[in-house]
Amino acid sequence: MTINLKVWKQKNAKTSGNLETYKVDHVSPDMSFLEMFDVLNEKLVQENKEPIAFDHDCREGICGMCSMYINGQPHGPLEGVTTCQLHMRTFNDGDTIVVEPWRSKAFPVIKDLVVDRSAFDRIIASGGFVSVNTGNAQDANNLAIGKDKADMAFAAAACIGCGACVAACKNASAMLFVSAKVSQLALLPQGQPERESRALNMVAQMDAEGFGACTNTGACAAECPKEISLDNIARLNREFLGASISSTSV
Amino acid sequence: MATIKLDAKVPEGPIGEKWTKYKSSVPLVNPANKRSLEIIVVGTGLAGSSAAASLAEMGYKVKTFCFQDSPRRAHSIAAQGGINAAKNYQNDGDSTYRLFYDTIKGGDYRAREGNVHRLAEVSANIIDQCVAQGVPFARDYGGMLRNRSFGGTQVQRTFYAAGQTGQQLLLGAYSALERQIGKGSVVNYSRHEMLDVVKIDGKARGIIARNLITGELERHFGHAVLLCTGGYGNVFYLSTNAMGSNVTAAWKAHKQGALFANPCFTQIHPTCIPVSGDHQSKLTLMSESLRNDGRIWVPKQKDDKRAANDIPEEERDYYLERRYPAFGNLVPRDIASRAAKERCDAGYGVGATKMAVYLDFKSNLINKYGRAEATKLGIENPDLDTLIRLGKEVVKEEYGNLFDMYKQITGEDPYEVPMMIYPAVHYTMGGVWVDYNLMTTVPGLYCLGEANFSDHGANRLGASALMQGLSDGYFVIPYTIGAYLSAEIKTKAIPTDHEAFVEAEKSTRERIEKLINIKGKQSPESFHKRLGKIMWEKCGMARSEKGLKEAIAEIQALKKEFWSDLRVLGDIDGFNPELDKAGRVADFIELGELMCVDALDRNESCGGHFREEYQEDGGEAMRDDENYMYVSAWEHKGESQWELHKEELKYENIKIAQRNYK
Ligand SMILES: Cc1cc2nc3c(=O)[nH]c(=O)nc-3n(C[C@H](O)[C@H](O)[C@H](O)COP(=O)(O)OP(=O)(O)OC[C@H]3O[C@@H](n4cnc5c(N)ncnc54)[C@H](O)[C@@H]3O)c2cc1C
Ligand code: SF4
Ligand code: FES
Repeated sequence: MTINLKVWKQKNAKTSGNLETYKVDHVSPDMSFLEMFDVLNEKLVQENKEPIAFDHDCREGICGMCSMYINGQPHGPLEGVTTCQLHMRTFNDGDTIVVEPWRSKAFPVIKDLVVDRSAFDRIIASGGFVSVNTGNAQDANNLAIGKDKADMAFAAAACIGCGACVAACKNASAMLFVSAKVSQLALLPQGQPERESRALNMVAQMDAEGFGACTNTGACAAECPKEISLDNIARLNREFLGASISSTSV
Repeated sequence: MATIKLDAKVPEGPIGEKWTKYKSSVPLVNPANKRSLEIIVVGTGLAGSSAAASLAEMGYKVKTFCFQDSPRRAHSIAAQGGINAAKNYQNDGDSTYRLFYDTIKGGDYRAREGNVHRLAEVSANIIDQCVAQGVPFARDYGGMLRNRSFGGTQVQRTFYAAGQTGQQLLLGAYSALERQIGKGSVVNYSRHEMLDVVKIDGKARGIIARNLITGELERHFGHAVLLCTGGYGNVFYLSTNAMGSNVTAAWKAHKQGALFANPCFTQIHPTCIPVSGDHQSKLTLMSESLRNDGRIWVPKQKDDKRAANDIPEEERDYYLERRYPAFGNLVPRDIASRAAKERCDAGYGVGATKMAVYLDFKSNLINKYGRAEATKLGIENPDLDTLIRLGKEVVKEEYGNLFDMYKQITGEDPYEVPMMIYPAVHYTMGGVWVDYNLMTTVPGLYCLGEANFSDHGANRLGASALMQGLSDGYFVIPYTIGAYLSAEIKTKAIPTDHEAFVEAEKSTRERIEKLINIKGKQSPESFHKRLGKIMWEKCGMARSEKGLKEAIAEIQALKKEFWSDLRVLGDIDGFNPELDKAGRVADFIELGELMCVDALDRNESCGGHFREEYQEDGGEAMRDDENYMYVSAWEHKGESQWELHKEELKYENIKIAQRNYK
């Protein structure tokens, strides 16, 4: 197949960018979307043109590094699939595909399609953990956790921290990401002691990072490659409200 | 330089008491002194994150480095199937000794007893620690933890979280690390690549790192430096490793005097999605846990053109079950891989390229899971469709993400047709040589996780890498580092304008400038591909003296071409993945040569190292304990020059035997 690409090029955070047009021939339907970029980049090197910078690592849909905005959708058209797991058989010969970086004030562009998502790390550092030092654990089976709860916690913990939820949201809200971590730990007995402070601190950090407010449009969950559910946002709202009430009463 | 004397420093005493005694006698560092001791941790995978968090909790000042944009994205995140621990929750006869025994035997008697026993001892604590952090392992309805079986064992000791165990374990360690970052006890540097170890008076005292966003070179001091930088499987270009995984940190350490051990011991994993074309950038693993429930077969007839589902039962060759009845589909990886290669080379392979075998879930899906569910639901005489429907639900819960991934990549639905799989490079048992303390031959320089050589001998058992990484980080280094740092409490932080730092930064800069100024015609990627091809063909699943000698010559020629015709576009002082890649490929090329040198030295077949000259009539590997029961530890002596040091292995607690899985 032949694919026409319009790709965002931007030298660094200080300059402005623009869409550039490229044509890639001999695209095989078995290629992944990123392998098509590999082919294009090799061609650019041959033409003495600087290759396009994009983030990627595992190429298995698990590290959360890849982050392309493809034809107006984070990670492209398929549901439950990251950019690296998207294959060219999803497209047709002659298609024109527009590729841009995540857009959000809290995710500044570093170069081309690469953005800075360190805000997510700072949110986790503000409370996304159980405070248990190494060596303080009891025997793992002393803590029975019902399968339903364990499965729900696991489903929330499957978030890969890619930021597609933010990219999909017209308010650039990080609620789905934050709610996934808050839910995982709120559902488990290990998370109970810090349940309230966790919700309050993570939401405060999210606001401080410049993410927008959630207006419940649901765009995040629709685009999330790990199908993190909106139920988590509902749970976060409850947790936050509960925590706010009890913290103002002290 | 004084000649190196290898001392593994394994404590005296009975095997079961070594670690306990060590822990109660190792010198401690008091809390006030810990605050003035600085530790650099390079790498934030399972080994690095767990080490950094634990050391910071103890009071040390820690800095962490990783080349990805967040510590959470280290390659450990991709581990699928599970983590071993001798908990004996299944009441099936597991014990510390059995895990120790399985690991030594699985490693084909090329691992160090003392280290492996310690690993087995702390394995149970790892599960406790992870559960306490909120890692959502799979559980039964009664709330207890579940286990599955992995290759090379006859007990069920593998803990898991669907096919995403590495992700959940790493997120646990990452959250512990972030907690310390939030407290200010760890300073993290993401998108930073370590490019050299700085030594002062023979001791590791810091690193040179490149800020990958700005291109600036930075100097960082530490009283000790921990390399937790993962494996080097990407030397083969195609592997199951993440794209960025590389040997650079370990290689720079090697050039600074750290011996590199058993470089030729690489693991080829039997169940990966086969190569589909030239564009292929990486290979995808289908977890070993699938061998629990999938049966591996090829048609009995050569060149059988029928679709898999049309080939009747009696015309299928379940070759693993046939050759190894005791372990069947659960033989260790090296054996399963070679058996697949043997069938394909003999012309029985399937798929378009004929370089694949089937991994078939139909019979377990129907007979094991379908029937059990039907019985549970009280359905009498269920029909085939019901069994398939019920079985699918269970399989989906156990392996859903793997089946989805397979479908996404190949376009075929593994619930309906058998998977096609072929062996691929997966893991490196070899790595930086370390003693019992995990210290390399450079004082103050440690190496943890896949980057070291320590616990897996010539072949690693499934679900043991996660165990080792977390054992090293949570439970070993917090003790063993005291042995060194207790003698360093008087050392003040050395200012980074010390000449050793200046010198190291200068030589790092010169190398980067050299790479970018060659201005030749070929991309780093194209050199990497060519190196990978040489390595796979001549130092891959089967090796021979002739092939290895050719490979060495070809790699040396490739190196020359690299340094005269490389093209690196983009700037030196900005974000430039091409430049990062070029540096890594340069190091891979040098490592590739050493791997061939090592493989050539080892005139035996053991574990993942199979020399065609050394096999029995049936094609089984022929180990030579009399002459090769040693760890090969290579000292870098100059360009293409290495000196071999041998660490003799002694087995006092295990009877050495020919590995037998029949
Ligand atoms: C697909 C797959 C599935 C697997 N499944 C399993 C399994 O089910 N069970 C099991 O036990 N094992 C499994 N393994 C093996 C296991 O995942 C790895 O061996 C293990 O996670 C390695 O952990 P690590 O901490 O040593 O290194 P890694 O997780 O690879 O981390 C390396 C770290 O070092 C950093 N780094 C590297 N070089 C530099 C540098 N120069 N400068 C700065 N930072 C650097 C990286 O950024 C990263 O943070 C699997 C492996 C693969 C490939
Ligand atoms: S919630 Fe989904 S979209 Fe958002 S970071 Fe997590 S995985 Fe990505
Ligand atoms: S590259 Fe890891 S999720 Fe896409």
